[in-house]
Amino acid sequence: MISNLDYITLQQLWWIICSIVGSLFLFLTFVQGGQTLLWQVAKTDLEKSLVVTSLGRKWEMPFTTLVLFGGALFAAFPKFYATSFGGAYWVWILILFSFIIQAVSYEYRKKPNNLLGSRVYELFLFINGSIGVLLIGAAVGTFYTGSNFTLDLYNRVTWDYTLMGINLRGLEAAFSLFNLSLGIFLVFNARVLGALYLLNSIDFSSTRDLESRLRKSAWTSFIIALPFLLYVLISILFMKGFNADSEGIISLVSTKYLSNLLAMPYLFILLVAGIVLVLYGVLTSYFKKSKKGIWFSGLGTICVGLVVLCLPAFNNTAFYPSKLDLQSSLTIFNASSSKFTLTVMTYVALGIPIVLAYVIYVWKLMDSKKLTAAEITDEESY
Amino acid sequence: MVDIDLSMVNWARAQFALTAMYHWIFVPLTLGLSFLCAFFESIYVRTGDKQWRAITKFWMTLFGINFAIGVATGIILEFEFGTNWSNYSWIVGDIFGAPLAIEGIFAFFLEATFFAVMFFGWHRVSKGFHLFSTWMVAIGSNLSAVWILVANGWMQNPVGMIFNPETARFEMNSFSEVVFNPVAVSKFVHTSSSGFLFASLFVLTISCWYLIKGRHIQMAKKSIVVASVFGLLSSSFVAFTGDESAYEVAQKQPMKLAAIEGLYKGQTKAPIEAGILNHDKKPGDDQDPFIVKVKIPFLLSLLANRSLNSFVPGIDDLVYGNKEQNIEGVASKINKGKAAINDLALFKQARKEKNSQKADLALADFRKNQEYMGYGYLNTPEEAVPPVAIPYYAFHIMVTLGSFFPVLFAVFLFYAVKGSLTQQKWLLPIGLISGLLGLIAQQSGWVVAEVGRQPWAINGLLPVKMATTNLSAVNVQITFFMFLGLFTILLAAEITIMLKQISIGPEGGSLK
Repeated sequence: MISNLDYITLQQLWWIICSIVGSLFLFLTFVQGGQTLLWQVAKTDLEKSLVVTSLGRKWEMPFTTLVLFGGALFAAFPKFYATSFGGAYWVWILILFSFIIQAVSYEYRKKPNNLLGSRVYELFLFINGSIGVLLIGAAVGTFYTGSNFTLDLYNRVTWDYTLMGINLRGLEAAFSLFNLSLGIFLVFNARVLGALYLLNSIDFSSTRDLESRLRKSAWTSFIIALPFLLYVLISILFMKGFNADSEGIISLVSTKYLSNLLAMPYLFILLVAGIVLVLYGVLTSYFKKSKKGIWFSGLGTICVGLVVLCLPAFNNTAFYPSKLDLQSSLTIFNASSSKFTLTVMTYVALGIPIVLAYVIYVWKLMDSKKLTAAEITDEESY
Repeated sequence: MVDIDLSMVNWARAQFALTAMYHWIFVPLTLGLSFLCAFFESIYVRTGDKQWRAITKFWMTLFGINFAIGVATGIILEFEFGTNWSNYSWIVGDIFGAPLAIEGIFAFFLEATFFAVMFFGWHRVSKGFHLFSTWMVAIGSNLSAVWILVANGWMQNPVGMIFNPETARFEMNSFSEVVFNPVAVSKFVHTSSSGFLFASLFVLTISCWYLIKGRHIQMAKKSIVVASVFGLLSSSFVAFTGDESAYEVAQKQPMKLAAIEGLYKGQTKAPIEAGILNHDKKPGDDQDPFIVKVKIPFLLSLLANRSLNSFVPGIDDLVYGNKEQNIEGVASKINKGKAAINDLALFKQARKEKNSQKADLALADFRKNQEYMGYGYLNTPEEAVPPVAIPYYAFHIMVTLGSFFPVLFAVFLFYAVKGSLTQQKWLLPIGLISGLLGLIAQQSGWVVAEVGRQPWAINGLLPVKMATTNLSAVNVQITFFMFLGLFTILLAAEITIMLKQISIGPEGGSLK
């Protein structure tokens, strides 16, 4: 059946797959969000250990999902991979740096003779959760606001944005109010998710204060995130977008993303459902003292993530537009792998449900008992 | 043609070498130690002996410390293809991206999911499921090696693809050829078994330290038995697969073989010559490649072609051609390559002008020489030669150490079974340094593979200098030193943490 799929369907399918992976990553940034909460919500060593151990059992999930996101884009949209990573060099390098320092921090923070001291590893975790997520948001923002590159006849990328004579190679993404707002929203949304996850995962019978601080920070983080989300959404509705006509010619079109939303009403429904779910998760945690908020807000984040990633790619839109040279802009049709590779990769993707199944099974198995203070004193903690 | 910033190319090369070599300190240990932990835990589950549980947990702690930094140094490699080598990524993303994505889907999630159970699940899941998880981490780690080596094998021996002139890139036309590429297969078995070998040496090193210090003697002895068996099997396998790898190199990358053997003038019934290289030697001159050498007749012909009478081409034959042996020189390939590049440009221009007749003609011309296109980017025939001394010495260090390890394991196993290990005062210091020797052999192996591949990113098709991102060198210089600084600090932290854990010993030091 897969071998009968036509090229356009495969290209669209792979953008959806990449978007799902990207959205799952945004949900899993509860780990990153939790990292930024550490100093704020955990006042004692025990509380710190509870938070870090709880997050430490999951830190590899967003990390691995990010790697998969990169790998899937490489395989399915190599022109995007080459243009964006090679072009917006510094944004990606800094994001990667924030993940390199994260990867050792859980394991090394509490180990004796760890060279740098616990505080430095905690700082590493904070940087990963704040700057790392902020820059990911800024990078995704360029799907809407565009970047400063041109591609030559052989698709070699030239990046051209200089400030005081220095080519910023992508860092300028963080200077756009829209990109920055998306980044800040993701940082605070991750903090919401982090707090909700910790509420779900820890047994608070010996640390009641931690629980109330987490509920409070989920709420305040949400309140801070909200205006940034609204700014992003309103901007999207009114901003010009990068339209690709049937010949693949790119032009700027007024309210392009609004018309995309109207042309694809299911995205609109997904967006509304997503926001409602995030809101419900926060409200039920803050007012009803529920511990299940993470599942609602998490699912909501996935829905919003899907809309953010699909809206600038479908309905004849360039998902990685160039501000410098409109015709260099990337669409899912001109940036994808060959039909053969996409077909092979689609067969491979049939394995994803199996992976998801065992991830969920093991997650449930490991999280069926809440993390207690007693376990922390045991050796199996971070 | 575009202007090439050679300084950028070399910095990007240096950065890749730096990050790959750092990564490869930790990865082989992960590949092997994960299996050793699985063996230890299997013995514990079968026997119910608490001491084996303590042994398992001790090695698992070291595994975890090592695993974290392996992951940290690994993420950069995947994205470095994009940041520093974006032209490469675009040209071959169709083929090269697929194994990386598959690695993510099937291997990394297996590792990540069951790693959490392995470390935090002792009281949360059943004994059986815990053991299962440990095995899954071992399998997941090695599965990731499969896919990354499929990708690397393809760079050494590009198969299963065609060149599409419309997009000016390579596109996959056979997934099975890419996966079952003989170079990839021999690379995987050689590399993963060398990881098993290295991890066994690591266990040997630490256990010998305990025996010398007279601490945790029971654990050390038990660990040595398991590590010696695993090490003996894997080191024998490494030697066997090394021979297979050399054969593949001879068939697919004759220039690499000539370089690692220091062979300039090809011969029938070729001997193996080894010694100290003459560093003034240049391709095409009459100097002896060696200052001092020993010679074993026939062996190279046997090794390279599995036939005593066969001809093994040397660097001079490959660079300047050899009519008798029907070997085309690089100069002629460069000319054909330049013609192909020119025809491709004409074709692209004609397409742009929508002149299909002109396009067809240009394409027909291009087809005649397309397989040589990569050579068209070389400036001189000599540019096709890798820097001989580096792969030559690396190869000989690797082979020497690789021949020593099976003997070492056999001796350890002999005395361990005999029960007189602690009395062999001469042997324990050798065991103590064996881990370091293993690391040197590991690094040498990759130097052979990657420096020996130069000047090509994709063997014979795309030179490294054409694979980079259009980026000024200063960016790569900054990130080079960022990585160097950060990785060095993290390595130092890893070593001090590990030394402390070793000095504490199993069960917080309570196990004898």
